[in-house]
Amino acid sequence: MKKIQHILRKPIVGILISIVMGFLVGAVILMVAGYNPATAYGAMLRGIFSKPKYLAQVVIRSTPIILTGLSVAFAFQTGLFNIGAEGQFIMGTIAAVLVGYKVPLPPVIHFIAVVAAAMIAAGLWGAIVGFLKAKFGIHEVITSIMLNWIALYLNNFTVTLPWMKKPGSESTYEVLTSSWIVVLNNWKTSPEGREQLMQHPVLADVFIRTDFNYGILIAIVVVAIVWFILNRTTKGFELRAVGFNKDASQFAGIDVKKNIIISMAIAGAISGIAGALFITGAMPHRISVLSAMQNYGFDGISVALIANSSPFGVILSGLLFGGLKYGGASIQSEVGAPSEIINIVIGVIVFFVAMSSIFRMIADYLERKGEKKNA
Amino acid sequence: MLNTIALAINITLMYSAPLIFTALGSVITERSGVVNIGLEGMMVMGAFAGVTAAYYSENPWIGFLTAGLAGGILALLHAVAAVTFRANQTISGTALNFIGSGMALFLSRMFFDGATMTKPVPNKLPKIFEVLHIDQVESSVLSNMNIDITVVLAFLFTALIWFVLYKTKWGLRLRAVGEHPAAADTLGVNVYWVRYLAVILSGVMAGFGGAAQSLAVVSLFSPTVISGHGFIAMAAAIFGKWTPHGAMLACLLFGFAQALVVLLGGDGMVIPPQILSMLPYLLTIIVLVLFVGRATAPKASGVPYQKGVR
Repeated sequence: MKKIQHILRKPIVGILISIVMGFLVGAVILMVAGYNPATAYGAMLRGIFSKPKYLAQVVIRSTPIILTGLSVAFAFQTGLFNIGAEGQFIMGTIAAVLVGYKVPLPPVIHFIAVVAAAMIAAGLWGAIVGFLKAKFGIHEVITSIMLNWIALYLNNFTVTLPWMKKPGSESTYEVLTSSWIVVLNNWKTSPEGREQLMQHPVLADVFIRTDFNYGILIAIVVVAIVWFILNRTTKGFELRAVGFNKDASQFAGIDVKKNIIISMAIAGAISGIAGALFITGAMPHRISVLSAMQNYGFDGISVALIANSSPFGVILSGLLFGGLKYGGASIQSEVGAPSEIINIVIGVIVFFVAMSSIFRMIADYLERKGEKKNA
Repeated sequence: MLNTIALAINITLMYSAPLIFTALGSVITERSGVVNIGLEGMMVMGAFAGVTAAYYSENPWIGFLTAGLAGGILALLHAVAAVTFRANQTISGTALNFIGSGMALFLSRMFFDGATMTKPVPNKLPKIFEVLHIDQVESSVLSNMNIDITVVLAFLFTALIWFVLYKTKWGLRLRAVGEHPAAADTLGVNVYWVRYLAVILSGVMAGFGGAAQSLAVVSLFSPTVISGHGFIAMAAAIFGKWTPHGAMLACLLFGFAQALVVLLGGDGMVIPPQILSMLPYLLTIIVLVLFVGRATAPKASGVPYQKGVR
C-alpha cells in the first residue's frame, strides 16, 4: 500500500499516466468519428519508426522545439511565464538569415556568428519584456504577446528588403552553405560521397533524403549548460530564489529587478538558438512571409509543461512532441482521419499533466484510509 | 473628412467587438480568481461551432448561441481542472488551447468533407440598419454607421457585466472570492460554485467572441479566422485592470489602431505596410508604459482554493 502511494507521488508517474490518458481519449474520439484507433495509431507509429529517414525527420523537427521548450522551462523555473518564445524564435531566425546570407565567413566560424547574432536579437527581445516588467510593472504576458506580433511583421518586412528578397518568391535568399550544420554536407553532395552512401541503404536513407544535422547535439549541450547554470551556480540560485519568493529574495539582498531582466534575456537567447538551428539545420534555410504564427514558441510551452520544466526532461518531451506531430501526418494520409487528432491528444496530455495533483490526491486519500485502518 | 471619421469608427468597432466579448470573459474569470489562458481555444471552438450551426440551421442566431455553448463546454473542462483538482491554471489553459483548435479543425473535416475551411453561412448576423428596418441609405457617411449587431451586443454586455460586478450581491461575492476566498468561504459563499460559474461564463463569452468574428466580420470558419484574438483579449483585460469598462476601452484602443493601419495604408504611404501593421501592438505597449503602469491582479488570481488550508 505504501508503495502505491509512493509511486503516485512521483511526477514522472503522473506524466506517464497523462500520456496514456491522451492516447485513450484520442482513441475514443477516433472511434466516435468512425475510425479504427488501432489502425490510426499504427499508421502513426509506422510514420515514425518504419524507416530510418522518418526517425531522422523526427529528430530534425524536434530540435527547435526542444530549445523553445527549454526557454519556457527556464523562465518557469525563475517564476516567469515566457509566452513570448514565439517572437523570440522569429527574431532568432531573422538575425540568423541576415548574418547567414550577408556576412560571408569560413565554415564553423560562420555558424558561431549566426548563433551569436540570433542569441543577441532574441535575447534583447526577451530582455525588453523583462525590463518593462521590472521597471514599469507591466505584465509579461501582455508585452510578450504584442512583441510576438511585432516580430512577425518584422519578419515580413525583412523579406521585402530588396537586398534580401529572392526575386519571384515570397522568401529571402538561402543562407550561405558555410553556415549550415547539415552533417557532412559537402561530402554527401559530392559524386564520390553519393556513391559510397548508396552502398549502405540505411545511411543513404538518412543522409541523402533528410537534412540530418548537428542541431540535436547542440541542443543537448545547451540543455546541459542551462541545467548547470540553474543548479550549480550562484546566479542560478538567485534566479530560482526570485522565482520562488520575490519578497524573501529582496530581503536577502538579491536585486530582484535585475534578475527578472537577466532571466528573460537568457530565456530569449535560448529561443534565439532554436531559430538559428532551424535556419542553419534544414531546408529551406531561409525565412518567408508569415500570415500567422508558426507555433514553434507556443509548442515550446507544451514541451516545457510535459517535462515539468526540467531541463533534461525537455529533450524527451520535445522528441515525443516532434514524433507525434511528424507521425500524426501519416494518420491523415494512410487512414484518412483528420491529423488534428494529434493536437487533441497533445492537449489532453497537457490537460492531465495540469491535473497531476489528482494522483497526489489519490495518494493522500489512500494514506488517510490506511491511517484509519491502523487506528 | 467626415466620411473618413465615420469609416474609422466603423473599422474600429468591427475589430473591437469580438475582442470585447472575450475580454469581458477574461475579466469575469480572473475576478473570481481563476486565470483562463485557454480563451483562444474557446474562441476558435466558438467560431467553428457558430458557423456550423448557422450553416445547417440557416439561422445565424442559433449559430451565435451554439458558439456560446461550445465555449462554455470547453471552459467547464478548465473549471474541473482548475477548481476541483487544483490544477496549475496556466497548464490546463494551454491544454485547452490545443484541444479547442484541434477539435474545431477535426470536426470541420468531419462536417465539411475533409476541409478545414467551412462553407460560408447563408445568413450572417444582421447589421443594425437591417434590425431597424432602414432600407436605403444615400449618404456614404451614414452607410458607414451601419455597424454589426454584435458591436451593440458587446457594449450591452459590458454595461450588464459592470452592473452585475459592482451593483449586485452576486458581483460582490464573485470579487470577494477572487480577492480572499477563505474570507468569502467563512461568510457562507460557496467558493467552488462561484468559480465554476465564472469560468464557464468566460468560456461562453469567448464563444460569443469567436462567433462575432466568424458570423459577423467574416462569414465562414477557417484556421486563420481566429489568430491570436484570445490572447489579445486577455492582454486587454489586464490592460483594463480587470474591470469591464477598462477592458472594453483597451479593446477599442486596439481596434482603433487597427483602423489607423487600414486608413494610413494604401496610396502614397512612405512607411512600409509591414511596419505600419506593428502599430496596434506598439501602441498598446506605449500606452501601458505612459499611462497605465503597474497592474495589480485580483489577489487570489491563479491560486487554487483548498478548503481549510491557509
